[in-house]
Amino acid sequence: MGTLSVNLLHICSVDSGYTRSFRNQFPKKRNLLLPIPVLNKQKRLQFAHSSFVCSAALAVMTDEEKKVFDIESAASLVKELRGSFNSGKTKSYEWRITQLKGIGKMIDEREKEILEALRKDLSKPEVEAFMSEISMTKGACKLALKELSHWMKPEKAKTSIATYPSTAEIVSEPLGVVLVISPWNFPFLLSVDPVIGAIAAGNAVVLKPSEIAPATSNLLSKLLEEYLDNSSIRVVEGAVPETTALLEQKWDKIFYTGTIRCIHLSCKEATIVVKLSRCFSTFRSPRVGRIIMAAAAKHLTPITLELGGKCPAVVDSNVNLKVAVRRIIAGKWACNAGQACVAPDYIITTKDFAPKLIDVMRHELEEFFGKNPMESEDMSRIVSVQRFKLLTKLLDEDNVADKIIIGGQRDENRLKIAPTILLDVPEDTEIMREEIFGPLLPIITVEKLEESFDVINSKPKPLAAYLFSENKQLHKDFVNNISAGGMLINDTILHLTVSSLPFGGVGESGTGSYHGKFSFDTFSHKKAVLYRGFAGESPARYPPYTLGKLKLLKTLNSGNILSILLALLGFSKD
Amino acid sequence: MRDLETDLEELRESYTSGKTKEASWRKSQLNALLTILKEKEKDIFNALEHDLGKHYAEAYRDEVGTLTKSVNLALSSLKDWMAAKKAKLPLPAFPSTAEVFPEPLGVVLIFSSWNFPFGLSLEPLIGAVAAGNAVVLKPSELAPASSSLLATTISTYLDKKAVKVIEGGQVVGEHLLSYKWDKIFFTGSSRVARAVMTAAVKHITPVTLELGGKCPAIFDSFSSSWDKEMVIKRVLGGKFGTCSGQVCIGIDYILVQEGYAPTLVELLKNRTVKMFGENPRETKSMARIINKQHFSRLKNLLDDPSVKSCIVHGGGMDEHNLFIEPTILMNPPLEASIMTDEIFGPLLPIITLKKIEDSIGFINSRPKPLAIYAFTRNETLQKRIVSETSSGSVTFNDAVIQYAADTVPFGGIGESGFGRYHGKFSFDAFTHEKAVISRGMISEFWFRFPPWDDNKLALTKKAYSFDYFGFLLVLLGLKK
Repeated sequence: MGTLSVNLLHICSVDSGYTRSFRNQFPKKRNLLLPIPVLNKQKRLQFAHSSFVCSAALAVMTDEEKKVFDIESAASLVKELRGSFNSGKTKSYEWRITQLKGIGKMIDEREKEILEALRKDLSKPEVEAFMSEISMTKGACKLALKELSHWMKPEKAKTSIATYPSTAEIVSEPLGVVLVISPWNFPFLLSVDPVIGAIAAGNAVVLKPSEIAPATSNLLSKLLEEYLDNSSIRVVEGAVPETTALLEQKWDKIFYTGTIRCIHLSCKEATIVVKLSRCFSTFRSPRVGRIIMAAAAKHLTPITLELGGKCPAVVDSNVNLKVAVRRIIAGKWACNAGQACVAPDYIITTKDFAPKLIDVMRHELEEFFGKNPMESEDMSRIVSVQRFKLLTKLLDEDNVADKIIIGGQRDENRLKIAPTILLDVPEDTEIMREEIFGPLLPIITVEKLEESFDVINSKPKPLAAYLFSENKQLHKDFVNNISAGGMLINDTILHLTVSSLPFGGVGESGTGSYHGKFSFDTFSHKKAVLYRGFAGESPARYPPYTLGKLKLLKTLNSGNILSILLALLGFSKD
Repeated sequence: MRDLETDLEELRESYTSGKTKEASWRKSQLNALLTILKEKEKDIFNALEHDLGKHYAEAYRDEVGTLTKSVNLALSSLKDWMAAKKAKLPLPAFPSTAEVFPEPLGVVLIFSSWNFPFGLSLEPLIGAVAAGNAVVLKPSELAPASSSLLATTISTYLDKKAVKVIEGGQVVGEHLLSYKWDKIFFTGSSRVARAVMTAAVKHITPVTLELGGKCPAIFDSFSSSWDKEMVIKRVLGGKFGTCSGQVCIGIDYILVQEGYAPTLVELLKNRTVKMFGENPRETKSMARIINKQHFSRLKNLLDDPSVKSCIVHGGGMDEHNLFIEPTILMNPPLEASIMTDEIFGPLLPIITLKKIEDSIGFINSRPKPLAIYAFTRNETLQKRIVSETSSGSVTFNDAVIQYAADTVPFGGIGESGFGRYHGKFSFDAFTHEKAVISRGMISEFWFRFPPWDDNKLALTKKAYSFDYFGFLLVLLGLKK
């Protein structure tokens, strides 16, 4: 029976797993199904492999019959985790340390599988995946392990004369049962990194990884079950119905990484949004961040939204151009083919300098990805057909297509787009209005570099803003006049590797921050604890109130010891 | 409503002009607030007397005095708060400098409530202007004299192009919420909070919600008469002596061990009489109920026959003067509204437990309150309360006083809200902490860049694990 169902499901899922999901996304355009069969041999093998994994999971499910993850299952899941949380075990230092060690062990032992999953989902080159996902996650875990006892320690606070005599401290306590929703672009890092914070702070956690990166989602579900305490840490895989069911529940915190803008949603995600927005009927605008917040509003749940935005990179003419360009390329194409929330979205430079910049760009791109970048193994692919379509649509718009000066090649079968640079694209085009989230890089030129401030400030606040310049005054002005989640001068994306800095957005790029101690804080409540003594105090505090007491209170408040003494003795001047 | 649009445009212009970011502007606004508190003190007292019948001493202690302290703290700390904080950097980012640069959020909206119409308006306002934001304050229409005084004084003393008071009720509130804000700071009920947060969704505006809840006071047995006197005064001062219990951090109910309950009731009764007189209707030391609606809400709580029979002290009401006597109840049914809803008035139920330790389970079976109070010398119990219960704050052996402590954050958790303020935390509530790294152009880890090979992977691994020696070996080609 078991074998039979596995076989049946295996056949079904090869046929229906991927094909069906694509069909769902584009119900009317049948021809879009074509990319699957013509994928190269290697890819097809990967797909078959991963669908087998899926089918195995499905087979287990069918044994227990109707195990659809609906609102009821979500409710019972939350109830179970709340039970664990209320038992108090997640609060203990030992539990937190054990779980964090579990994560560290998981990364060490299963690195190969993680890298493999990332290659399946995004063709992520190994070194890149190691740098941006494995090492970052490991670093976060190590830091938490090292600092946890320090973070958990109540913080002593000074007390003032108003509350004298007393002692005060700030105690960090876990929020409770928290939900982490992660995206597909760094599916491992952006799932596990917040989970590390949630665990360090002593919460019970549900992680919902993105279904757009199915191999990683599946692996996370498997690994977290294997390495961590399942009574308090769970993974729920799925898409629309599962997310809806989860968001119906009362959480003590929702941590969401993703997007608010329609353009870099795949159609599948867009469907979630539309469906979710129908569920919550608060806003029709198809933006997930808003859906999450609307769901949170129902239960007054605090949220952290890690979103994105159009991150500008301003390039001055006085820079070491080769270094600057290499750093831009590293943050754009060598970082998940631009599918990163902190990737430089567009460049602003002066009219005179643009030709030089482009020359060096062309040269360095060739250094990195070869003469024919479409054949390079060192760049990730586009995550899905839908995302590929959206990106090519950006390129094919009137007034945009003729602005391509480098690249522009694409291969829908392999979901690859060459590093593409465009010059002077008009502001009213889609590519300049929406976050690009792919390997396209428009260059905007201005007469004087200072004009770049207006360009940036005319758009919603980005998650990151970059400046390449040797001019110290410009550095200062940039920091003072531009609002962004974070800023990096003379480099790109590196700031998110720094655990001593908060990482998070402002305005449209999100709310709340994490990394290092900030992750711990994000999942903690800062409880004020005040210990009062029984020694004497001013009777002026208590009724019956008189004007004499008013005078005494005023003097006390002035903090002037002499006047206090005088007032207490009845010698006050006024 | 077109006026509102022009107002908001003006605020946005003021903010984008950059003037509110200047330290001098922030200082001048804080100084202006200080001037208001000094010069308009009498007017503030009168407004509070008019709206709530607050005694001058109470008004000074809870509003003018506390605010003066807060403005002074902001003024003296401003430079420090505004300074960028240096941060440490790991090897892969070398050589660089990193700092956290505090920047204002933009144009922010503050909704305040009627029970401390000045305190709860100006306390967040201090944070908002100190952080360099343009601000709209909407005071509660239920305290009309205070609301109008705030409107007139703020427009006279502060920069009215960047700080505005917009008066009105629900309609105005809803209208304000339809605009884009960079932060909404709300003090009030959880029902309205839901509407505020839902409205904030449209522009994913960050919100701080300062709500309330049923704040319990655990009352342990005391033997020393000095201790008894002291804690009873503090309980009563924190309940009846602070806006007649119309306080989000007021004591909502007392938990006490069965055997000690009679002693407690006796102590409370005696001290109540000493504080508010034989005939409390004549006292000047108790605020009145804000309005008819709240009066009848409180009256209904008591009118429940199963509750009425539990009154052990007080219970008298004067609808005309909106006055309710300090009222103490013994063991009202736990399913009665008085024990399920936040009381927000001068009614004080006492619930008896077999053991004082049972209070932890009792509190944990209810929504998380904004504050927990515990009157006890038992340090084991103190420890258990801190680690086993969850609430906005915990105060031992006193009540309400944590509001004046600006070195600890003030804010709720769960149903009592989220976000925190007071002191530096107020500044932070209206600030975005921008991470800024500045790099030189000289050194470079070439292994950062593609094309990738195994050697680069090895280097990366060493660099990220801070294995500097191994890093050197790979670098020199001595290790693979």
